[in-house]
Amino acid sequence: MNLNLSAFISGLIFGLGLVLAQMTNPEKVLAFLDIAGNWDPSLALVMVGALLTLGTLQRLISKPSEQIQDTDLQTCVNPKATIDAKLITGSAIFGIGWGLSGFCPGPALVSLTAGLAGGYVFVAAMFIGFLLFNSLHRGR
Amino acid sequence: MNYLTVLSSLGGGVLIGLAAAWLLIFNNRTAGISGIAAGILPPWQQENAWRYWFLAGLIISAPLWKLFGGSVQIQINAPLLVLAVAGLLVGYGTRLGGGCTSGHGICGNARLSVRSMVATLTFMTTAGITVFLVRHVL
Repeated sequence: MNLNLSAFISGLIFGLGLVLAQMTNPEKVLAFLDIAGNWDPSLALVMVGALLTLGTLQRLISKPSEQIQDTDLQTCVNPKATIDAKLITGSAIFGIGWGLSGFCPGPALVSLTAGLAGGYVFVAAMFIGFLLFNSLHRGR
Repeated sequence: MNYLTVLSSLGGGVLIGLAAAWLLIFNNRTAGISGIAAGILPPWQQENAWRYWFLAGLIISAPLWKLFGGSVQIQINAPLLVLAVAGLLVGYGTRLGGGCTSGHGICGNARLSVRSMVATLTFMTTAGITVFLVRHVL
């Protein structure tokens, strides 16, 4: 299959999953993260559904990690890879942003068609964050 | 105000898992959204077309869902300044940590990567603490 077409279909299915699960609604996500409040555990089921589906299909297709063109994943599945400060610090920073907004990258991008100022501001700032990382860490 | 949504949450998760498996099968790529999105910078780089197509599919999903009668609820209560700060943290943090909810949380964990499990526990914890502070302390 054409690589662009298959990527488009994957993005579309991914987005429909986010919309169906209501992960695109920051208030729903924050209700999941708010264990001390009116806790809504639903979004844990999104992870269960996704992990079971992907885990099962991965076993069936049994594609070796080396074939996957993705440096982040190569790092992650490399048995020699260690838990380093970057991983912890970066994930901790991401979590704070997620908790402040209720947006992680996928749902924020999906929100762009909703015409909400908050979505535009978040996505613009996120790309500035990507650029900030590139300018601080690339080539070192 | 919040309702447990068992079927739609599970169903949404299954779709996300399918999408990730699809990208793995046909593109040999991981469906890590932060990595795919950050990879379009700078935009004049070559061999990035698939990233634009993936993001186009992702973004078009909501209006398509509405077209077929579905409802898309997006309720943003945070002030714009907070959203700007949050966006910066999410953009920088996901690159430094090498993944987000999709890359580490789903793709990495599905491959039983210890790094991804540690990353997931870390961002879940700091997100939970942040929400606790914002909603119950400040």
